[in-house]
Amino acid sequence: MGVTGVAKDLEALTMTVTAEFDVSAERAWQLWADPRQLERWWGPPTYPATVEQHDLRAGGAVTYYMTSPEGDRHRGWWSVREVEAPRRLVVEDGFADADGNPNSDLPTTVMEVRIADRPGGGVLITIESIFPSLEALEQLVAMGMEEGLRAAMGQMDGVLAA
Amino acid sequence: MCVRGLNYNQMVVNQMSDAEIDRVFHALADTTRRDIVRRVLVGEQSVSGLARRYPMSVTAVQKHVAVLEGAGLVTKRREGREQKVAGRMDALRRAEQLLDEYERLWRDRIDRIGDVLAEPTDGEQ
Repeated sequence: MGVTGVAKDLEALTMTVTAEFDVSAERAWQLWADPRQLERWWGPPTYPATVEQHDLRAGGAVTYYMTSPEGDRHRGWWSVREVEAPRRLVVEDGFADADGNPNSDLPTTVMEVRIADRPGGGVLITIESIFPSLEALEQLVAMGMEEGLRAAMGQMDGVLAA
Repeated sequence: MCVRGLNYNQMVVNQMSDAEIDRVFHALADTTRRDIVRRVLVGEQSVSGLARRYPMSVTAVQKHVAVLEGAGLVTKRREGREQKVAGRMDALRRAEQLLDEYERLWRDRIDRIGDVLAEPTDGEQ
């Protein structure tokens, strides 16, 4: 159980991850619908996510921040586009400034989640990420890598201080 | 990975219309533009860096780059005040590298989802 496939479309700049789990669709839906569950997997252990606002309805907003090892908060938001519990969710995911206002200078990603029952039981979860441009993708990865690097450096500081 | 890159490129060629093929031949019917393509296929170049190599203005080089971009031979992106030009195959390879990074992020997330789902919950499991 876990990831069963990853498909990338280099022209359209989309990535589709499929995963299978032995749970019901209702249970899998809680991964997105329950903020306490969402924050346990959205961010890495070095950058844990805290969900503040969580209105999972079309037109609603989800806001969260990820805390760096140094304690800095990196804020993000979802703008909820489509919700069909427990089958389908489409959100736009973006960055926010320190006050939580969406930062329009930074690129956004569209995440489309589909949850289907498998014939033999369990669910097939399909998560499609859609990137607006190569430039945007470049910027998103650079920011992610920067965070990973800073996390590693934070750990090094800890080791050196010991 | 290279094989996939090639497949995408072949797909692109197979899908080209006569008008698109005309644009490619027109774009490559110029010595400077052929030279720009040769250079950007080796690695990404800045427009100002390219302009230093030819006896012409930055604006003139920009026009050549625009013709190549229109023919789908190169892609352009902005980095601060610089305009960077890359070969289209280069762009596809770069897209693949970047999407590979995103794949890692999602594989880690799915691992964590597996941990969350493995735990008993109040109601149904």
